[in-house]
Amino acid sequence: MTERRIVGRSVPRTDAVAKVTGAAVYAVDVVMPDMLHAKVVRSDRAHARIRGVAKDAALAVPGVLAVVTGGDLTGLFPRFGHIVADHAILAIDKVRYYGEPVALVIATDPLIARDAVPLVEVDYEELPAVMDVSAALAADAPVLHEDDYSDVPDADTPPGGNMSRTPVKVTSSHPNVAHESQKGWGDVDVAFTDAHRIVETTVHHPMLYAYAMEPYNAVARFVEGTLEVVSTAQHPFMVASDLARVFSLPLSHVRVSVPYVGGGYGSKSYTKVEPLTAVGSWAVGGRPVKLVLDVEEAIYTTRADSADIVVRSAFAADGSILARDFEITLDTGAYADNSPLVLDKAVNRCFGPYRIPNLRVRGKAVYTSTSPASSYRGFGAFQGNLAGETNIDQAAEQLGIDPAEIRRRNLVHRGERLIPGNRAMDADLVDDLDLLVAELDAGSSGEGRLRGTGFGCAATDAGAVPSSTALVKLLSDGSVLVLTGSSELGQGSRTVLAQIAAEELGVGMERVRVLQSDTATTVFERTTGASRTTTLSGLAVQRACRDVIERVCLAARDVWTDAAGPIEVRDGTVHGPGGRSMSLAEAVQGWFGPGGGEILGQGVVRRTGELAELPPFWEIGMVGVSLEIDPDTGVIEVDQLVTVADVGCAINPTLVEGQDLGAATQGLGGTITEHLVYDGIQIANANMVEYRVPRITDRPRRFRSLIVERADGPGPYGAKGVGEGARNPVPGAVAAAVARAVGVWPDTLPLNPERVWRLIQRAKSTGTASPGSHGSDSGPQ
Amino acid sequence: MSETLVRTTVNGRPVEARIPNRMLLVEFLRDRLGLTGTKVSCGMQVCGACTVFVDERPVSSCGVLACDIDGADVVTVEGLATDDGLTPVQQAFVDCSALQCGFCTPGFVMMCTALLRKTPNPTEEQVAHHLEGNLCRCTGYEPIVEAVMHAAESMSSAESGTRHD
Repeated sequence: MTERRIVGRSVPRTDAVAKVTGAAVYAVDVVMPDMLHAKVVRSDRAHARIRGVAKDAALAVPGVLAVVTGGDLTGLFPRFGHIVADHAILAIDKVRYYGEPVALVIATDPLIARDAVPLVEVDYEELPAVMDVSAALAADAPVLHEDDYSDVPDADTPPGGNMSRTPVKVTSSHPNVAHESQKGWGDVDVAFTDAHRIVETTVHHPMLYAYAMEPYNAVARFVEGTLEVVSTAQHPFMVASDLARVFSLPLSHVRVSVPYVGGGYGSKSYTKVEPLTAVGSWAVGGRPVKLVLDVEEAIYTTRADSADIVVRSAFAADGSILARDFEITLDTGAYADNSPLVLDKAVNRCFGPYRIPNLRVRGKAVYTSTSPASSYRGFGAFQGNLAGETNIDQAAEQLGIDPAEIRRRNLVHRGERLIPGNRAMDADLVDDLDLLVAELDAGSSGEGRLRGTGFGCAATDAGAVPSSTALVKLLSDGSVLVLTGSSELGQGSRTVLAQIAAEELGVGMERVRVLQSDTATTVFERTTGASRTTTLSGLAVQRACRDVIERVCLAARDVWTDAAGPIEVRDGTVHGPGGRSMSLAEAVQGWFGPGGGEILGQGVVRRTGELAELPPFWEIGMVGVSLEIDPDTGVIEVDQLVTVADVGCAINPTLVEGQDLGAATQGLGGTITEHLVYDGIQIANANMVEYRVPRITDRPRRFRSLIVERADGPGPYGAKGVGEGARNPVPGAVAAAVARAVGVWPDTLPLNPERVWRLIQRAKSTGTASPGSHGSDSGPQ
Repeated sequence: MSETLVRTTVNGRPVEARIPNRMLLVEFLRDRLGLTGTKVSCGMQVCGACTVFVDERPVSSCGVLACDIDGADVVTVEGLATDDGLTPVQQAFVDCSALQCGFCTPGFVMMCTALLRKTPNPTEEQVAHHLEGNLCRCTGYEPIVEAVMHAAESMSSAESGTRHD
């Protein structure tokens, strides 16, 4: 292996100085000349027909230029949605949840726009709402979507023709079911009759809010027939595609750019406020319009699907899994957004990285009159993993087998296929688990405190569909520009992609600049998500650099007219026959002559060759926790958090650790304190006081990320992704630790003090710690 | 809209402006003065992203009316670094990779700067206690605690270095 100069080193983040000085520009900081400001009029009904909207009082406010409603969007395709185009930009005819945008007020000043919002009067005819899944699936339930949304202008475009399309074939047997999904093989029923032991587990996973600290916002304007949008989007190319459909514009005339993003975690995937902002600009003759949501509005824009999951597993006496049977129900809210894919992933990810001879998974994503649910870091995985892993832990307890041992017996080995037709397992899961278990310790218990440890495993189909491009420009002074469509969300892609380019071209980090996420000036990237950037965008950058090198060698051969023999680039210098050499800059200048030029290299990653099989890689999640619980208050303190980062090659180890700790911390929040609570038609805690994310004092006392590098990923230097992995097993690991500490298995998250205290009381009253005892607690939060 | 004439100092520069009475300090800084380093997130004084100094005390600028800063001295994140470079706190955040998306970072940098002025050698418990009102959704906080300890160390060694000279 050749010595690497920059890859593998924790070089400082290239965005750090801008971010500590306040110089870093986010979408919310962008100002355009002559810019107007928009505020959204939102529904105060959960389900209602719109009889009319009275705008006059609002329009009479000095400074208000326009009030736009769904009825005003004539000539436009008035909806968006990358799987089902069910989402009206502004409500048309009906509202389907409290908080849905009904009108947009545009004014010269944000305060004026805010003043005018309550002056817009909407006349509603109330309809019965369905606030949860059971109400939505009742025989006489009101139908939320009467339309089948088949009027999509590009519906006939072949798959991939419209980039906003995600290959999910939506099926539904009930009008309030957004999507149904099944997976399975073998004969589950026969396997259950042969079982030594059958273990059944029911779990409820709550609705969550990702809380990206920069709420959704965008600025839009029309310039010379081109729609220009600056936004917080993770996937600007998909957003451009949705906008092109709304305005019937060619993609060449839609430009979406994304500066630094104040957190995404999947919640800024796909299209959010961009169409709303763009129709605002359209309504005022193309003047720039800025729309910034507050946190409450952001919560009503996107949340994570809640899930009810029942799993039954059949085991042999030695703990081998004979069969698993899952039933998953997601509360998807009023619009599909990405939930059909969340469901498909939950179906794929619930049963864990185990050898399962007979499997049946049935899932449905259900429309309700609640805020739309969509992606959030590891979607489908963390909901499903809680059910699957709790079930394995309960089986271990009932069978008298160590929880690590029961997993060792069932984990798939390298090369085995977890799911028929998918990529074979590309990791050594048993070795990873052994590392995890060896690092995790029970610690010493404080006086009168309850203690428990728990851990869990996940392998998720990460990377999404491989299509990435990169353009690398070698400039005439030998410095380098890297163009990519991948967004910097905080994960450090700007740094890692620069490291790859610097390594490949043999130049210093200070000579490389990475430009990201502008659909007009950078190059295509399908998505920034699914832990794919280092692996797939990184591979595109590596290929682009190698293309540059090939072209440099050809240029050098032209410059050295008499060079017979091999020419190569080593350590940033061109070496030719006879010991001659020149710098990269000299190659560019020599080839173009006076005035200089640029040598362009392109890198393309497609679903072909090594990447033909999906997923592009399996993302491994192995997390262990050791907890202390105060028996008087039910408060959990996390003593130790251990993660295994099985990343193939850690291009920047500090950034890898940052992903693991960040992901696991979000998992701890989503397991211990966070949940959105509906009270009637509204969310009772749509704010950051009552929706409690982890604070600095909640951090684990000890954290260790064990980085495993086996160079077994498809990315550059054998890298594979990190970002979601350490999120996924956290709920199950914490639930197991709590069960071992208090003696009763929890079945509902979050494990906040009240719920844990009730589990403790239940254990006391049943005389406790009886193995297999099951704590159902759905008392007030 | 009733307005008030406000005379104040922002990052050492005198500022005089007529502003609506209901305008928040953070809106004044961001929208009127273009000092966008200060961020708004929760909008209700729990996340700390909008922290600035008013007369050397850290405050949430989303919870202060701009007209109330008449006569005060305001410092934002843009006012910390000098021509000589980053402050020790900023440098420690860079060195310890104590940020990811960076949206909370200006608030943390302000709050940590305030802590180290008052308590030059804090314990980890003091750091956590002081930063309880700053949320970070990316890092898991550990690198931030590390950065503050690091900054405290480099400031105290720089100080003893100065005494040597």
